[in-house]
Amino acid sequence: MDEAFSFVFLMLASTLRVATPLVLCAMGGLFSEKGGIVDVGLEGKMLMAAFFAAATSAITGSAWAGVAAAVIAAEALALLHGLACVTYRGNQVVSGVAINILAAGLTVVLGTAWFARGGQTPPLVGDQRLMPIFLPEAGDNILVYVALLSVPFTWWIIARTRFGLRLRAVGEMPLAVDAAGLSVASLRYRAVLLCGLFAGLAGAYLSIGQNAGFSRDMTAGQGFIALAAIIFGKWRAWPAFGACLIFGLLDAVAIRLQGVRLPGLGEVPVQLIQAMPYLLTMFLLAGFIGRAVAPKAAGVPYEKEH
Amino acid sequence: MQALTPAPAAIELRGIDKSFGVVHAVRGVSLRIEPGTITGIVGENGAGKSTLMSILYGLYRADAGEIWIGGQPAEMASPRDAIGHGIGMVHQHFMLIDTFTVLENLVLGAEGGALLAGGLAAARAELARLARDYGLSVDPDARVADLSVGEQQRVEILKVLFRGARILILDEPSAVLTPQETDRLFDILRTLKARGVTIILITHKLREIVAATDRVYVMRQGKIVAERRTRDTGSEELAELMVGRKVRLDLEKVPVRQGEILLSTEHLSLVDDRGVRLLDDVGIELRAGEIVGIAGITGNGQSELLQVLSGIRAPSAGRLTVCGHTIDPGHPGNPAHMRELGLAHVPEDRLRQGLVAAFLASETSILGYQDGPPFTRNYLLDGPAVGAHCAELMERFDVRPRSPGLRSSHFSGGNQQKLVLAREIARLPRVLLVGQPTRGVDIGAIEFIHRELVKARDSGCAMLVVSVELDEILSLADRILVMFAGRIVGEVEPGRADERTLGLMMTGAAAA
Repeated sequence: MDEAFSFVFLMLASTLRVATPLVLCAMGGLFSEKGGIVDVGLEGKMLMAAFFAAATSAITGSAWAGVAAAVIAAEALALLHGLACVTYRGNQVVSGVAINILAAGLTVVLGTAWFARGGQTPPLVGDQRLMPIFLPEAGDNILVYVALLSVPFTWWIIARTRFGLRLRAVGEMPLAVDAAGLSVASLRYRAVLLCGLFAGLAGAYLSIGQNAGFSRDMTAGQGFIALAAIIFGKWRAWPAFGACLIFGLLDAVAIRLQGVRLPGLGEVPVQLIQAMPYLLTMFLLAGFIGRAVAPKAAGVPYEKEH
Repeated sequence: MQALTPAPAAIELRGIDKSFGVVHAVRGVSLRIEPGTITGIVGENGAGKSTLMSILYGLYRADAGEIWIGGQPAEMASPRDAIGHGIGMVHQHFMLIDTFTVLENLVLGAEGGALLAGGLAAARAELARLARDYGLSVDPDARVADLSVGEQQRVEILKVLFRGARILILDEPSAVLTPQETDRLFDILRTLKARGVTIILITHKLREIVAATDRVYVMRQGKIVAERRTRDTGSEELAELMVGRKVRLDLEKVPVRQGEILLSTEHLSLVDDRGVRLLDDVGIELRAGEIVGIAGITGNGQSELLQVLSGIRAPSAGRLTVCGHTIDPGHPGNPAHMRELGLAHVPEDRLRQGLVAAFLASETSILGYQDGPPFTRNYLLDGPAVGAHCAELMERFDVRPRSPGLRSSHFSGGNQQKLVLAREIARLPRVLLVGQPTRGVDIGAIEFIHRELVKARDSGCAMLVVSVELDEILSLADRILVMFAGRIVGEVEPGRADERTLGLMMTGAAAA
């Protein structure tokens, strides 16, 4: 009985650990997409943030400085995305992809130049990492709780505040927002910057919370999984959170099942389980979530005639 | 010196000028609008009336000129400034967010606090007051997408009043309304006027100007060409002022000579992916030499009917017979095949379906007929032949400018429509389907298009005309069918029809 409890507890803890960056990213992405800016660059922002968190923490010895650096790095990319998509009305997907490529390359170049470890940062120890708060055996840290709180926070902002109403409006019909005398550009920049904040926290979590240092491409597609979670959740905070937990659980199971022989099946190929979140995403997207209800103006630059 | 200063005008424009690139849209316009009146601004499409109002509302900035509000000069850099000066605008295309409730749409931009709850409660109370004072009732919690077009327009007006506007600009407000809804709108406007609201009505429908306004300004080519007290003028004079020459508003037609049935449908139905019945048991007969008009409010199946008849969509049930050839769900047609059978189609939305905006006029003039001689030889387009064909069509249909080498998008709406119509009529089709023959087309061109349609009918073409303009249906059609909710709900002889009964049928309230 005790063993069963401990197993469930560890699975839950593991799920939550894996889901934390997904949840943060998904909430960030939700702000952006609700405001009509598609953000394919979540992955890149998170990667850049992870690198700067680990690098700053390694140099200053302070995990908090690392978190701050992560947020600043992600916000810089967010501003770049805003500049491309809002000010210059470029293609949002192209800008996002460019940010991903930029982050993948720049982190390795800077890492090699600064630390000469093949793109990795030095291993972080002690105060250079975010430490467990309540449950050391579960590996919690402050950002896990931030992620949990970010869900009601996001829901409340979007559903219950003036900013949320305007954000939803600008994602549905920017022309109406303009005609109401509000600035489309300012609202969209705020959406993009909120997204950067959350992506920055997610990146910091990866390199100085969950792991002890940065390694190249360590985000491993989690930004895209977070995007999938948003679509799954039909652009709503709580359902998107649920999707993140499902993906987290699948990942936790994959880790548990490594090397385990199942009766009748033999050893489960770990690659198959690692592929599960992606397979599930495609499977569900193909027909199980019903009609997509994306914000109508998502991905469309706002251009006034003349 | 005047001894008595007159009351300041609600709005005074002085020498407003605006160009977009080489297009001089508004040329030194000055006008004066008295408080508590309804002023009409009429003009053809492209006359500059919408641009002028957009300048007043702060959407565009004037290159020169001054705006005075209530006797004070005003700077209109954005709609926010206009709203601050008590100006509200009801746009032709509603600025409403479909997924929001009425209340949410109402407060957008005037939420009254960082949190919504308080603002929404206050707005609910204010909405109840406005409903009482002006007789404008709408369910505050209804989603806008679920409202009728008339109700959506009421929400737009409420939005403007909610912001405390004392000056209301309405841009083509009746374009989407039934005659009954239009009457109700004018009642509302008169109530607003009685409460001291100043109203500007932009329209190209002369009847509405005559019915609703106190004073009217006529615009042509960016200039104010006339100002009249409404009671001193009439539709004929206004039409002449708008176009700059005499216009015949009535259409002369010889009595109909019906021939054989060229197109017929039986129990024709169309159901979409979500199971919505778009066409429901439609039975139509179209004879050579007659024009059948389909009247109805937009979105009651007219578009789908055209799509099925022209072979773009296959019917879900029932059958369609065109020139002796039968099409049913088991044997769907396609537009090319229909064309071979002798059916031509002038689509409702010329920019999406009628032409390719980026193509040259000469290319537009052969769209759909490009395969085979005379336009294609040995798999290659014969440029000179295509150009000559286009030049001939342009001459015959008075398309201006006569430049086959100009991009289609550079022609005005009326000339684009003439080109599309020319392309379809030139082939002498046995059956012609026409959707919204004169949408976005100037009065002068309307007159021309109507005459050409009647000419085709007289030469034996069986024609189906779908239009939201009742005037157009009434003057063109030999028989009128009314569509409502995907069904043909009645047939009327134009001689015995009037707008009122047709309007009732269009809302499903009465049957013939």
